Amino acid sequence: MTRAPRFLGINWLALYVTLYVVFLYLPVLLLPLFSFNDSAVPNFPLSGFTWKWYEGLLTTPAMLDAARNSAMVGVAAAVTSTLLGICAARAMTRYRFRGQKPMSALIMAPLVLPEIIIAVALLLVMLRLGLQLSLLTVVLGHVLICVPYSVTVLIAGFEGFDRSLEEASTDLGETAFGTFRRVTLPMVAPAIVSSLLVSFTISLDEFILAFFLTGTDATLPVYIWGQLRFAARLPGVLALGTIMLVLSFVLLTIAEIYRRRAARRANVDGGLLA
Amino acid sequence: MTVAIGRRPATPARPGLLRTEQRQGLALMSPTFLFALVMLAAPILVVIAHSFWTQTYLTIDRTFTLDNYRIALTEPIYRDLLMRSLILSMSVAFLTVLLAYPVAYYISFHGGRYKSLLLFLITIPAWTSYLLRVMSWKVILGYNGVLNTALLGTGIIDEPSTAFLYNTNAVLITLTHAWAVFAILPIYVSLEKVDRTLIEAASDLGDGPIRRFLRVTLPLTVPGIIAALIIVMIPTVGDYVTPRLVGGKDGVMIASAIEVQFKRGANWPLGAALSVTTMIVITVVAVSCVGLLRWAAGRIR
Repeated sequence: MTRAPRFLGINWLALYVTLYVVFLYLPVLLLPLFSFNDSAVPNFPLSGFTWKWYEGLLTTPAMLDAARNSAMVGVAAAVTSTLLGICAARAMTRYRFRGQKPMSALIMAPLVLPEIIIAVALLLVMLRLGLQLSLLTVVLGHVLICVPYSVTVLIAGFEGFDRSLEEASTDLGETAFGTFRRVTLPMVAPAIVSSLLVSFTISLDEFILAFFLTGTDATLPVYIWGQLRFAARLPGVLALGTIMLVLSFVLLTIAEIYRRRAARRANVDGGLLA
Repeated sequence: MTVAIGRRPATPARPGLLRTEQRQGLALMSPTFLFALVMLAAPILVVIAHSFWTQTYLTIDRTFTLDNYRIALTEPIYRDLLMRSLILSMSVAFLTVLLAYPVAYYISFHGGRYKSLLLFLITIPAWTSYLLRVMSWKVILGYNGVLNTALLGTGIIDEPSTAFLYNTNAVLITLTHAWAVFAILPIYVSLEKVDRTLIEAASDLGDGPIRRFLRVTLPLTVPGIIAALIIVMIPTVGDYVTPRLVGGKDGVMIASAIEVQFKRGANWPLGAALSVTTMIVITVVAVSCVGLLRWAAGRIR
């Protein structure tokens, strides 16, 4: 390990990193701060502590509808994307076959495509097919962008997985499905939980696809987008944003704990995005 | 012995449709692949097809034409929007990588046992709602915003400045913030791969810290820098939320024009041509940047 270079007795690199982390967290922490502020304008100095913006949310039927819609879309997208992710991650780690690379590339492509392109392409096809835009079309779009994340998380759980355990199970007379259910599944369960949580969070926070692909039903981000036009509604939006922020944080922390557990079992490490 | 043979692909002892590794792998991969084919590849092909057609009111005329591309490339409004989007996404990519590199370097070389904690700490903001983060920047940069209040409070300015919000800089700041972690992670990964003994060798041979960094570490992390640039540059060119919320009149980008054609303007073929043009141009720009960077890295060594 090299020692950090110093100049005038200050570790400039550490100072810079600290400032950068402040820059990263500043916008994220301001939302909760102003959501408890007793003033309609988010501004310093703070004028007093209040719960009223949160109380106001409970009596807003449109917000409650949007929350229910988001929850349904999120669960559907998380389950579908994890199921599809399991198939792909297993095929990518357990088998070698012709066409594997281009097939993986297409599955992972949504990671590097501008979302607007995905959104208009799906919108165009759905309109041309005469499909009614609804929460279902939003789910389909969300599954598409969640699958690459699911695959990444699940591969970490499947890789390095000791294949002799499965072989032993087969040799002892289990069927292929029985082996999967009784040997493979318990081993990769943490990765699956992690994938479910990560996909749910992505779906919960996703705006562009939901904005383009929904009919009359709004998800939470679409609802927030509609509220942003009215300055008076801003504190309520900040309160809602804070709840979503805390929810995302909690879900992702649990996902990270499970992902690490999965990676430890499989003896590989690597970040969710790395 | 039979056990060992039984594991091998294409064993005569275990015939059947799904017995070979090739077939099993394909079968397992196919649900996900077919989903991506139907939901991604096919729609993009449909967009490309539409870009060669024309539309009058609600009927699509399927005669081949390049008119939409002519409009997309020559109409000043679209040409300007495309240029602005390109310049913005390139600036965001380079700025993000420049600001992120020291952070990735610090974590990799001085993180010690806090490495994974630091990485997680940096990832959290990226996982929170994008829409909310952009909104938060609006609160920070606004006329009555946090930044103005702070500057007024410290006496640096006498009256609130309107220079922070509703312009290109606001878009630049917001996007640089939004994509930070996507630049830090690939650079971190490539820094982790740098063989530390090479750096020691360079110091033993008399290179100072700066020279050692420029001649050993930096060239070895070019792949990470390239990955970071591409991961940031390509998605940001089509960003919709940030320009709409903090960009004002100068910050409008191509995504707004595409949205108008698909929603209110209802000229799908033109919208399709704008989408395809954006994709092609950003790919060409990204590939050229990569080439240029590789060439530059070769020169440093």
